[in-house]
Amino acid sequence: MDWLLLLEVSLAGLGTGGLYALTALAFVMIYKATKVVNLAIGEMLMMGAYFFFAFSAALQLPWWLAMAGAVMGGGLLGAVIERLTIRPLLGKSTLSVFMVTVGLASVFVGVVELVWTADPRALPEFIPRAAVFIGPAFVAPKIFYSFLVAAALIAATLFVLRFWRGGVALRATASDQVAAYAMGINVPRVFSVAWIIAGMIAALAGILVGAIGGISSAMGQFGLSVLVVVIFGGLDSVPGALVGGIVVGLMEALAGTYLGGEYKRLTPFSLLALILIVRPYGLFGTAEIERL
Amino acid sequence: MATCTHPILEIEGISLSFGGVNALNAVTFEVASGSITSVIGPNGAGKTSLFNTISGFYKPQAGRIRFLGEDIGHLPPHQRGKLGLARSFQNIALFQGMTVLDNIKLGRHAQLHTGLFAALLYFGKARREEMVLREEIERRIIDFLDIEHIRKAPVAALPYGLQKRVELARALAMQPKVLMLDEPVAGMNREETEDMARFILDVQAEWGVTVLMVEHDMGVVMDISDYIVVLNFGEMIAEGPPEEVQRNPEVIKAYLGSGDFAKLRQRMERYRTPQPGAT
Repeated sequence: MDWLLLLEVSLAGLGTGGLYALTALAFVMIYKATKVVNLAIGEMLMMGAYFFFAFSAALQLPWWLAMAGAVMGGGLLGAVIERLTIRPLLGKSTLSVFMVTVGLASVFVGVVELVWTADPRALPEFIPRAAVFIGPAFVAPKIFYSFLVAAALIAATLFVLRFWRGGVALRATASDQVAAYAMGINVPRVFSVAWIIAGMIAALAGILVGAIGGISSAMGQFGLSVLVVVIFGGLDSVPGALVGGIVVGLMEALAGTYLGGEYKRLTPFSLLALILIVRPYGLFGTAEIERL
Repeated sequence: MATCTHPILEIEGISLSFGGVNALNAVTFEVASGSITSVIGPNGAGKTSLFNTISGFYKPQAGRIRFLGEDIGHLPPHQRGKLGLARSFQNIALFQGMTVLDNIKLGRHAQLHTGLFAALLYFGKARREEMVLREEIERRIIDFLDIEHIRKAPVAALPYGLQKRVELARALAMQPKVLMLDEPVAGMNREETEDMARFILDVQAEWGVTVLMVEHDMGVVMDISDYIVVLNFGEMIAEGPPEEVQRNPEVIKAYLGSGDFAKLRQRMERYRTPQPGAT
């Protein structure tokens, strides 16, 4: 057994896992606040990456300015989605809202292909290239730095949710919308803020994912793995998103190396099937008791 | 009850329908400031619809709601809450998974004015607000409702009667001018019912809060209400002080029609005659 290889593969998996966790956090945020299963999360991430591409490659802005612009664009996108497509469906069946997000995903892919064509592109380099070693193990610098950024952003989001009163409003809304509304919490604004924050997080995740593997109109597929993550961890659970992200990232990396590339996708979805059978509400999710 | 004469809440010709069903038809009454006003009526009379209209969840097709003299018909629920309309729900609507104290604190949420950036910049101010808030909550509401022992308990673990009491505490933490209680003693045993009735009386007397409640327990309604409004199939069929409403033939008919009247009489008798053993 090559322990160094195992360590390196695990670290790489951890890196991807950090990005999964970050995107899953955006997903969970939307689900908690608005109870919308957002299948367009991967495409929102892609839009963020293309915003960055537009700002940095086309407008020649420095990377940090382009990043700020892309994150703001992502937030704006979240706000627009919420206001134009989600809020009018308030009180309609969950399935309608779910289908709308499926539609949104296609719309975004269409927009990207119209504006930037379907060709894969590379994002301008902005991550330091010097090789990173943790002990004896080599970690690709892109993965290393994006993991750091993802971890910092997750920490910042958790901090804000914990100590800002808006976070309390979010938790109250998640727990009981009607009661929260009657308690003086501006529930429509909570919805909107949740989508904005999720849009910003997704955009940043998109930039990181794009920096590692390039961008294309198909990069929304990243969202599929995120779906596995949130179902594994529980749709409404922040710790679930974090643990799920790491677990799925690690599993993909290990399966891809030791079982062969074709198992990379198979493993997380097998895990998904297993979870759905054993704990349909996820590892940390709330078991919903529905009275019929 | 110094200002019993002035109406704090005026309901003027409220009509509400869902599709072809008239839930409320030209309902008009006033809630006197400092009073305990009850809305009664058989099942499906429109009581909860009326509550949801007053708190802003339903938009009436016609009519006006005035709170403290101002028309509040255009305001969303959270702004009505901020103005001082607090309510409890028929089915307990506590934030499950949070502790009793967190739930109560959320009641004060609307009254706090420190936003995120302000909280980061002026941490001191946010803290002070927090401390004042804590002190007030702990001293007044928790003592008043006698829930000191369960402050840190998650609400989901509490028995029904206590959950109802926590809901009342949370509503009180909003520092309401009008407290709307939707069936505050539903499903309670006798002892819990009497406790709750006493709390409601104290809320009125000690806190000077006007109470508007929907309740099926006629014993409680007749005993503590200053004024009663009777609904039947969305129509107001009577209003007045308890003695008057009890004698009203329309009211008797409404309850006879639904077969509730005998039960009603029985419950009233039972509630009024002191039980052996009760001191």
